[in-house]
Amino acid sequence: MSEGPIIDSDKCNGCGLCVSVCQCGALIMVGNVVTVIETKQCDWCTDCEAVCITGALRCPFEIVIENA
Amino acid sequence: MAIQTDFLKRSRYFFDIDLAVLDSIARFFFEKKAERGEMFLLEGETDEVLYFVVAGAVKILKTSADGKEQILNIARPGDSFNDAAVFDGDPNPAAAQAMGPVVLYGIRKGNLESIIRQHPQIALNGIKVLARQVRHLSSLIEDLSFKHVIGRIAKILLNYADDGTGTGQRLTQQDMAAMAGTVREIVGRSLKALESERAIRLDHHRIVITNKEALEKIMEAPL
Repeated sequence: MSEGPIIDSDKCNGCGLCVSVCQCGALIMVGNVVTVIETKQCDWCTDCEAVCITGALRCPFEIVIENA
Repeated sequence: MAIQTDFLKRSRYFFDIDLAVLDSIARFFFEKKAERGEMFLLEGETDEVLYFVVAGAVKILKTSADGKEQILNIARPGDSFNDAAVFDGDPNPAAAQAMGPVVLYGIRKGNLESIIRQHPQIALNGIKVLARQVRHLSSLIEDLSFKHVIGRIAKILLNYADDGTGTGQRLTQQDMAAMAGTVREIVGRSLKALESERAIRLDHHRIVITNKEALEKIMEAPL
């Protein structure tokens, strides 16, 4: 499973706000579309999801029980 | 640096204001830039400037004495902030921090009052902006005061956890907010609280339940 934010390109309006708040460089604009680059630097701060007004960007958490 | 009147038109303050009027008032605005993390308003200080976000995103927040942060809002392009301090002249009710590179337009209280006297429609628009902010903050207060949100978040984490059988479901903070009947800002706060209770650990894209019994107790705690 991908360990980067997930983009719904149908919902993305290309405003680029997520790219501007991303400090690890996981997100870039390709043309008018936000694209996720695979990176190990992403610390899952979820700021990109927080600023996305269309709900196109998602940072889902996997929920696990320790030692399950 | 020229102020873009096209941008002003996108702000709710200047909705339905003629372009000629915007051209005439543009000279009262100044541009300000900030980098990620920069605080350009401090809670409790006086800064009689109304800011408009032109590019980037700004976190509006309050910080408790022990350093806990509560995000009140995220201002995006077209949004204003520091409205209350500008209109009542009291200290800034919250701090503002750039979430990335940010471009702002600012207008000082005196200049804003002058243009409002000449163009009362801007005052009416401003009242609508303030009403919208009151609604948002009222909803936040309701969640913080009356709802046992942390218990609901605990329940969601227990219900959706993968117990090793691969049946867990991945959830965003927005998903959890919708399930718990709250807003995303409160979910972030609840997760941090659960982490400080040592019931969970935030590990990159994983929420690890480190103490299931503690989480169950929080879920069952009375309001």
